[in-house]
Amino acid sequence: MSQSVSKKEKNNFLKRFFPSNNFGDFIFERLTWLFALSVFLLVILMGYEMYEGSKISIQKFGLDFLVNSEWDPVQEIYGALPIIYGTIVSSLLALIIALPFSIGVAVYLAEVAPPWLEKPLSFLVELLAGIPSVIYGLWGIFVLVPWIRTDVEPYLSDKLGFLPFFRGAPYGFGLLAAVLILTIMVLPIITSITRDVLKSVPRSQREAALALGATKWQSTIIVLKDAKSGILGATMLGFGRAIGETMAVTMVIGNRALISPSLFDPSYTMASVIANEFTEATSEMYLSALIQLALVLFVITIFVNALARLLVWSMDRKWKTV
Amino acid sequence: MKLRTIISVIFLALSLSSIANAQLQLNGAGATFPAVIYSKWFDEYKNMTGVQFNYQAIGSGGGIKQVTEGTVDFGATDGPMTDKQLAEARSKQGTDVLHIPTVMGAVVVSYNLSGVSSKLNLDGETLANIFLGKVTKWNDGAIAKLNPKVSLPNQAIVVSHRSDGSGTTFIFTDYLAKVSKDWESKVGKGTSVNWPVGLGGKGNDGVAGLIKQTEGSIGYVELAYAVKNKIAYANMKNKAGNIVEATFGSVSAAAEGASKNMPSDLRVSITNADGKNSYPISGFTWLLVYQNIKDEAKANSLVKFLKWAMSKGQSFATDLYYAPLPKAVVKMCEKNIATITANGKKIK
Repeated sequence: MSQSVSKKEKNNFLKRFFPSNNFGDFIFERLTWLFALSVFLLVILMGYEMYEGSKISIQKFGLDFLVNSEWDPVQEIYGALPIIYGTIVSSLLALIIALPFSIGVAVYLAEVAPPWLEKPLSFLVELLAGIPSVIYGLWGIFVLVPWIRTDVEPYLSDKLGFLPFFRGAPYGFGLLAAVLILTIMVLPIITSITRDVLKSVPRSQREAALALGATKWQSTIIVLKDAKSGILGATMLGFGRAIGETMAVTMVIGNRALISPSLFDPSYTMASVIANEFTEATSEMYLSALIQLALVLFVITIFVNALARLLVWSMDRKWKTV
Repeated sequence: MKLRTIISVIFLALSLSSIANAQLQLNGAGATFPAVIYSKWFDEYKNMTGVQFNYQAIGSGGGIKQVTEGTVDFGATDGPMTDKQLAEARSKQGTDVLHIPTVMGAVVVSYNLSGVSSKLNLDGETLANIFLGKVTKWNDGAIAKLNPKVSLPNQAIVVSHRSDGSGTTFIFTDYLAKVSKDWESKVGKGTSVNWPVGLGGKGNDGVAGLIKQTEGSIGYVELAYAVKNKIAYANMKNKAGNIVEATFGSVSAAAEGASKNMPSDLRVSITNADGKNSYPISGFTWLLVYQNIKDEAKANSLVKFLKWAMSKGQSFATDLYYAPLPKAVVKMCEKNIATITANGKKIK
């Protein structure tokens, strides 16, 4: 009697740990679970390490770090507002310019282009995404910046100079150059993901639309609506690339912590400051401030991603109810 | 039979390589500016003695940090450690850190004025005012007074500076702080400062690129970089009132001029130095070594190397675009090197 009970218990015990009675599956399941967990742990660990590293700076400056606009390593006063401003403005503007282009290219590739053209074009777009950023930076210095200085900025200040965004001396180097470089860099990412998303919309959707008498254009709109959340995800990935871009931006942005409405003026981004100043930061407070900057960048990235996720969710729900 | 010989040859090779591995290796890290001559020195020295050096050019800040933490056998920096940093290193490592100047560098002021073919002359006050944004036009009276024979254009000055933290910026701002009260109070000196005006470029090449591309711009780069890339630069008025061109000779002269009242720990800036031929924006780069090294073998070979660097090593400097140390400074270095001990014992 007692023997059979213990046998039953044993079975239960085994069942609890090997639900499928398959040892291989069990190992596989736990292993993948462990891998998934490691990503989670990595994020937590990174956040914790940055918080620890920036403790002295957080204690000294607190919220002033985010609202003060003086970044002075000599006086050991660290306020990151112009740097945060430069980061967000350059990335947002790049995204705003890149988005219509990317969607246009993606729609062409997924919906319009004949196969013999689509393949090489897609390949080229993916190639663009793979070019190292330092090469974009060099190209920026030698081609883009001179062009901006001699043609774009004089033209803009001539035609649109009444706006505060297009005033000042045309150096070439500055926010505008950074925005354009970032636009070119995020364009292939958004394009290639958007194309994949559009392609994954079931063919039946298009056929149904066409069958109901929709034009090609109208059916494309329907496909785009279906792919909305995917496009948003692509945009967020592009934003992630723009906000974290270091090398190409620092080579053309002019590197001065400055809040100015004019796109012609130099600016600065968080990733560039960290890359520029970390190696020679000798004092503890300086290092701590730079790590705090990294923490702020980290939090902004998480925040933006969370926002995107929420947007996708809310949109999905809306679509389901429709 | 054949197999046997092959195996024995392999064994022999393996045992030889393990002997090679057992060789002494000294690890160092720090400044990027002297990395070229250091790797030349380490290479030459290894060929001579078999002692292997492993140097990582991670920046002066990193060098100081590693020396403080004791993770390297020696460090290197372009800006001397502060008293506070020295005290921290002492409390962590239980021994003093010595500064040994190895070679010298200089910072030159480069500019882009297409209409002007002759070399410009500048003085410290004017340079500081340009970088403060007070002198904004090339035909400003202060510049014109220094260049009576040059017809200067009525053009806006575009200031460019280093965006990355660097020893070059330290030497440059140190000089400006010495010659201008305004600069000292408003900006100060450091490897990175809060620039009042201008564009930032990453590295010497970044600044040189800014200058090359922007008409009317002015900026500063390392002498070595300017010479290598044939970039024109201004002559500077020194403390004695003479207009001096930056050359390896005039840089060494600055150290010579400063050597008379140099502190014995050699942590000294030699910008705006005395001496009629001294180029005013010059500086040392230092090796950081522990005064007492616990590992005797390492201590012996490091001291031998330092002595070699002070004598034979100096002859490599000018070929690699560094200014060699003047004799007076070499003597002071040798005196400091002689104080290094191996686990408390004197080194012969």
